[in-house]
Amino acid sequence: MTISIDPQDSNTKSLQPKGWLRYFSFSLDHKVIGIQYLVCGFLFYLIGGTLASAIRIELASPMSDFMPRDVYNQVLTLHGTIMIFLWIVPVVNGAFGNYLIPFYVGARDMAFPRLNAVAFWLIPPSGLMLVASYFVEGAAQAGWTAYPPLSITTPQSGQIIWIMSVLLLGGSSIFGGINFIATIIKLRRPGLKLMQLPMYCWAMLGTSLLVVLSTPVLAGTLILLSFDIVAHTGFFNPVLGGNVVVYQHLFWFYSHPAVYIMVLPAFGLVSEILPVHSRKPLFGYTTMVFSIMGIVVLGLVVWAHHMFTSGTPPWMRLFFTIATAFIAVPTGIKFFNWVATLWGGKISINSAMLFSCGFIINFVFGGITGVALAQVPFDIHVHDTYFVVAHFHYIVYGGTVFIIFSSIYHWFPKVTGKLMSEKLGILHFAITFVGFNLCFAPQHWLGLNGMPRRVAEYDPQFQFVNQISSVGALLMAISTIPFLINIFLSIKNGSDSGDNPWNALTPEWLTSSPPPVENWEGEAPLVEEPYGYGKTKTKEN
Amino acid sequence: MLNKNFYLILITSAVFGISFWIGFNINLLPAEASINAPIYDELFKILFIIGLIIFIGMTIAVIYSLFKFRKRKDQYGDGVALEGNLTLEIVWTIIPSIIVLIIGLYSYNIYDRMGGMKELNHSHEMMTSNTEKIWAGISQASNNEVASNNLSVEVSAMQFAFLFNYPKGEFISGELHVPVDRKVSMKMESKDVIHAFWVPEFRIKQDIIPGQPTILNFTPTKVGKYPIICAELCGPYHGGMRASIIVEEESDYKDWFNKNTKTEVSL
Repeated sequence: MTISIDPQDSNTKSLQPKGWLRYFSFSLDHKVIGIQYLVCGFLFYLIGGTLASAIRIELASPMSDFMPRDVYNQVLTLHGTIMIFLWIVPVVNGAFGNYLIPFYVGARDMAFPRLNAVAFWLIPPSGLMLVASYFVEGAAQAGWTAYPPLSITTPQSGQIIWIMSVLLLGGSSIFGGINFIATIIKLRRPGLKLMQLPMYCWAMLGTSLLVVLSTPVLAGTLILLSFDIVAHTGFFNPVLGGNVVVYQHLFWFYSHPAVYIMVLPAFGLVSEILPVHSRKPLFGYTTMVFSIMGIVVLGLVVWAHHMFTSGTPPWMRLFFTIATAFIAVPTGIKFFNWVATLWGGKISINSAMLFSCGFIINFVFGGITGVALAQVPFDIHVHDTYFVVAHFHYIVYGGTVFIIFSSIYHWFPKVTGKLMSEKLGILHFAITFVGFNLCFAPQHWLGLNGMPRRVAEYDPQFQFVNQISSVGALLMAISTIPFLINIFLSIKNGSDSGDNPWNALTPEWLTSSPPPVENWEGEAPLVEEPYGYGKTKTKEN
Repeated sequence: MLNKNFYLILITSAVFGISFWIGFNINLLPAEASINAPIYDELFKILFIIGLIIFIGMTIAVIYSLFKFRKRKDQYGDGVALEGNLTLEIVWTIIPSIIVLIIGLYSYNIYDRMGGMKELNHSHEMMTSNTEKIWAGISQASNNEVASNNLSVEVSAMQFAFLFNYPKGEFISGELHVPVDRKVSMKMESKDVIHAFWVPEFRIKQDIIPGQPTILNFTPTKVGKYPIICAELCGPYHGGMRASIIVEEESDYKDWFNKNTKTEVSL
């Protein structure tokens, strides 16, 4: 037993509240913190989704008639900020990372439990502050990118609250990242080698490196921007000799890696889910690890592809085109390997599996439009249009959010000891998949034919296609209902799942469900082959 | 075994056939009205076909696996313990790398044909070159860079309008009138926040940045009226920030130009 628990720590833990109250406490238990992240993130997802519905209602008609124009800009700014910083990043990193990583490395908790709790408790106040800024003088209305000089000239209080909120959320993200790196590197159970870790650990290691390397740049940039707003400095203000394009470079130096901060953990999660439900080892473990690290390295040098129309020199455009397009190679390897994992398996077609396969199909589509967008001449026409909106929703919704749902169906029995209803789950998948594609596929055409993004009014010739898209959005909103009913019914009346309903081999299933406070009754098991399906199991059968 | 290969070849050729058919027969783009547009559409077609092949192929593979390898009621135990296949993984590393490299080189070629790789600072080249430029430099545009045959227009953007200044006629217009088949050279500057100049039918877009003039060159090829759209969020009325570009025959353009010049003089 090398993982020594500080006696003071154990003492604190016994003072922690029990039952549902612990979810409202400054708990140090990584499992409680994971659930806190998940539920808090989901509540913000509902707020962000409501804002998305408001956008789609406005766009059902070509006139700006549903809400005032400046409110529309506040709505789209809050929608983007909430979905990125309060739903996707905290959930794929914070929620699943906190819940799973200590199990995967064979530890009893994260490396820094108090830092972990602080990281979570930064989120609710900054999120509430962001939403409440609407009631002060109006929320920020310069888009989630907050490009100056627009962000300097719009009403200041909303923009300053937005900056404060994103800074706090960035801080939370950095605390989390440091904690994951320390836990994965230093807290591994004796005998457990790096190359034996489940793939999600590698994904989180790569993601956390990106978080730690790039988030401080965003923080610095936003602090300079706030100086420009409140102290009238001239870093980005052209009236005072500032340079607006420099802001874009600094902003995208974080915000492109942010895309990988949102999708790499999803790549990790799907690598855990597919082998279990297809009863096969993960295909090509080593190449999967190298492709994650390849994406991390390449992800840091592609940011200027967001700026092809901003006025960048030709050599820079060429370099960023090629670097961006090459990300398709390690990403492609992962998708081919996942399909190879399915191939020849004994696949259980359940909600977790369907959402994972939906993810593969949606993400391949989003990836293809991504490679096209990386080409400068292609991008010049569609930059800042609905084509881009469609592309990144295929990545973050069709990709990551599908995996979040898949993971909830997969790990629900772990957390509660109960099974979810498969019928409601499959209904949820069907409505989400149809609604999502109906909402976003037509937007590619809109962008190609002349509809820019972030507009409240548009050319009437686009009305019919926009209405199709709005119907899709309505279906997506409806799809939340069977999901929520499923969650509440299963918590209340779900049938007992047993400790390991999927017969999974990864370590989190080798303890009781729900797990005890310090994860294992005895010592943590040494899992050398987390994907050894067809090897050990068949012998038992 | 032969049978299996036969089906594989059949499905692959079907995927290719369908992708090529869609690529060549379904047009997703608006009218082509500048020299750039057909070049752009050529790139689009190729990317569209390659994308369709990959997307349809992957979707078939996923759906086929779900159907073929689904667990039957009487089945227990695991699938084959296949942990990887180095040859296969090398194949699907190298083939995408080659595709990506070819696409990159090809789009570089397209970009060069659009005139994107030319330095704007070299004013001499600007004067002699016949190719269209869509690259917009941050560099200051000098006066001598506009050749005699080119129509030069100064664009200023502000919340929420475009103004087009015709230096030769000494007048300002809210509509951009240009003669067909003549190169237009625009120097653009913003008075307040970042805007963007986008004409979908021309397949060109360039941000208009405060404090840094940008250059945009194009040659319209089709008479007509096309929308100019602001594509960068610029404030509450961003969606309404539009103007029109009117491409007309040389004579019509001259009439319009003279009419405006005269009014300006009489004032």
